[in-house]
Amino acid sequence: MEQSTTLEKPVSAHRRRENRLLATLAKDKKAQFGLIVLGLFIFGAIFAPWLAPNDPNEMTLDMMVNISGTHPLGTDDLGRDLLSRILYGTRISLLIGFSTVIIALVVGVSLGITAGYFGGRLDFIIMRYIDLQWAFPNFIIAVYLVAVFGTGLFNIIAAISLAFIDDFARVARSMTLSIREEQYIDAARTLGFSDFRILFGHILPNTMPPIIVQATVSVSYAILGEASLSFLGLGVSADTPTWGLILADGRGFISQAWWLGVFPGLAIMLVVLSINFIGDWLRDALDVRQAM
Amino acid sequence: MSESPLLSVNNLHVRFPIKAGLLQRTVGEVKAVNGISFEVNRGEAFGIVGESGCGKTTVARAILRLLEATTGNIAFEGNNISSLTGKQLAPFRRKVQAIFQDPFSSLNPRKTTLDIIGEPLRVHALAEGDGVRQRITDLLEMCELPARFMELYPHEMSGGQRQRVGIARALAMEPELIVCDEAVSALDVSIQAQIINLLEKLRQELGLTYVFIGHDLSVVRHLCNRVAVMYLGRIMETADSETLFSQPQHPYTRALLDAVPDPDPLTEAEREIEPLHGEVPNPSNPPSGCVFHTRCPVAEERCQHDAPPLVSLTPSQSAACWLVKQPFSNS
Repeated sequence: MEQSTTLEKPVSAHRRRENRLLATLAKDKKAQFGLIVLGLFIFGAIFAPWLAPNDPNEMTLDMMVNISGTHPLGTDDLGRDLLSRILYGTRISLLIGFSTVIIALVVGVSLGITAGYFGGRLDFIIMRYIDLQWAFPNFIIAVYLVAVFGTGLFNIIAAISLAFIDDFARVARSMTLSIREEQYIDAARTLGFSDFRILFGHILPNTMPPIIVQATVSVSYAILGEASLSFLGLGVSADTPTWGLILADGRGFISQAWWLGVFPGLAIMLVVLSINFIGDWLRDALDVRQAM
Repeated sequence: MSESPLLSVNNLHVRFPIKAGLLQRTVGEVKAVNGISFEVNRGEAFGIVGESGCGKTTVARAILRLLEATTGNIAFEGNNISSLTGKQLAPFRRKVQAIFQDPFSSLNPRKTTLDIIGEPLRVHALAEGDGVRQRITDLLEMCELPARFMELYPHEMSGGQRQRVGIARALAMEPELIVCDEAVSALDVSIQAQIINLLEKLRQELGLTYVFIGHDLSVVRHLCNRVAVMYLGRIMETADSETLFSQPQHPYTRALLDAVPDPDPLTEAEREIEPLHGEVPNPSNPPSGCVFHTRCPVAEERCQHDAPPLVSLTPSQSAACWLVKQPFSNS
C-alpha cells in the first residue's frame, strides 16, 4: 500500500492556495517592489485632488520653471504644474491600461478557447478573422479606429482593446489545442459535463499561466499605446492630461526643460515594470504544480 | 446465456479521414476499426488485446461515445447509443464510465481530489451538502485511500494513488459498465498488481462489468473471463480466457503468446520462438484478403485474396483463419 510521508493534519486546499500567494510574495523582492510602486500610483490617482499642488490645467506665468519648492517637478511651457498633471494623468493611463486588457482578455480568450475546443468550421471562421487582424500591427489598428470613430476616452479604450484581441485569442487557442487532448477532458465528457462546463471549468483555468503573462505585457503596451495616440494628437482630448499627452506637449521643449520628458517617461516606465513583476509573481504563485 | 447482453457491438466501423493540402480535401482514410462485433454480458470482464495501432483504443472511445462510429451500432442494455445526442446521452453517461491509461493526464492538475470526485456528484445531483464529503470519503475508502487525500492535488500523489482517484471518480457515477483503456499499463509492475486486485474486488462487490483494453496478456488473463484478440481493426480470435491461453487457434494469437517471455530464465533460454517479422501494415492501406497474411508464418495462397470470416470452433471459441480446424463447420 502506498503511504504518503506527510502525516500532518490536512489543510484545506483553498487555505493552502492563499498561504501560497503570501509565501511566494515573501520571497519575491521584485513582486514586492511592483506592488508598492503600483500601490503608490493608484493612491496618487485616487487622491489626486488632495495631493496635487495645483489644478492640472491652470496656466500660470511661471513657464518652464525647473524643479523647485512650489513646483516639485517643474512646470511646462504654459506654466502648468507638472506634478499635478502627472498625478491626474495616472487616472487615465491606469484606467486605459487595465480596462483595455480586461476587455481584450475576456473577448480574446473566449474566442480562442471556443475555436480551439470545437474546431472545424467555427475554428476556421474565428481564426481567419484573427489572422486578418494579426496581419496589421496593433498600433495601426488602434490609430485607424480612432481616426474613423473619433477621439474620446470611450473610443480610445474600445480601439486599444480591439487591437489586442488577436493576441489573447491566439495564445488561448494554442493552449486549448493541447489541453483538449488531455485525458481529463475525455474524462469530463464521459462524466456527462456540458461543453460550457468543460470550456470554462476545465480548459480555461489551465490556459491561464501564459495568458497572465500576455496580460501583463499588454497592460504595458496599452499604457504606451495611449501615450502614443496622445502623442499623435489622437488621444483622449487636448485638455485631459495623460502621460502620453504630457510627453507630446513637452517634446518641443526638451532641450530647454529636461523634466518635461523625464518625469512622464519615468512614470510610464515604473508602472510598466511594476505590472510585469506582479504578473511574473502571479503566474508562478497560481501554478499549483510548481514547488514553492 | 439467456439474459440479453449488457453491451453489444455490431459490425462496428470507425474510419478517420486523412486530409491534406490547402483545402483540406480528404485524400484517404485510416480504417481504425473494420467491422467488429462482440457482446459483453452483465458481470463479465471482457478483454480486448492487440498490438499498438490495432484499433483497440478506438473501440473503447467509440463505446464511450468520445468519437462517432462510421457505421455499425453499439447497443447498451438493448438501446442503440450511436444515435443519442445531447440530453438523451445523460442516462447513458451515468451508466458507462471509463478508467484512463495515463494517471498523470487523466486528472485535472488544478483540481483537488475533493473537486475531481465532487464535481460529478454535484452536477448529476448524486449527493448534496454534507453528503458530498461523506460520499467522497466512502468512494476513497472503496478505492483504499484515506480521506485526507481529498485535499491533495494530483501532483501531490503517486501514479497508483492517482489511478485510485480516477477509479473513485468513475465509481461516483454508480456505473454498470466501466471501460478500462490500458488502465494499468502506465503503472509500475508492483502497483499494477494492486490496481488489478482492486478492480477485481470492485467487480465482485459492486457487480460491475468491465471492458478491459490492454496489451499485457498476463494482466488480461488474470482479470478477464473472455478475451478478443484484435489485429488491424479486426477481431482475429475470441474465446474465454482459459481456452485462449491454453489452446490458441489463430496463428496471430499463438505468435502473441509466444512473445511472452517465460519467467524461468533457464526455460526461457532454451525456448525456441519464431518472432513475427515486419511491422503492422499501414491501416490506411490494409493488405488484401486476410489482413494478417503479410506476417503470418503459415499463410497460403487463398489468404492473400479472401478474408476469412470469424467462425465458431467451439461454443466458446471463434477464430478468423482459413487454416484452423473447424469441427463445427456448419455453425
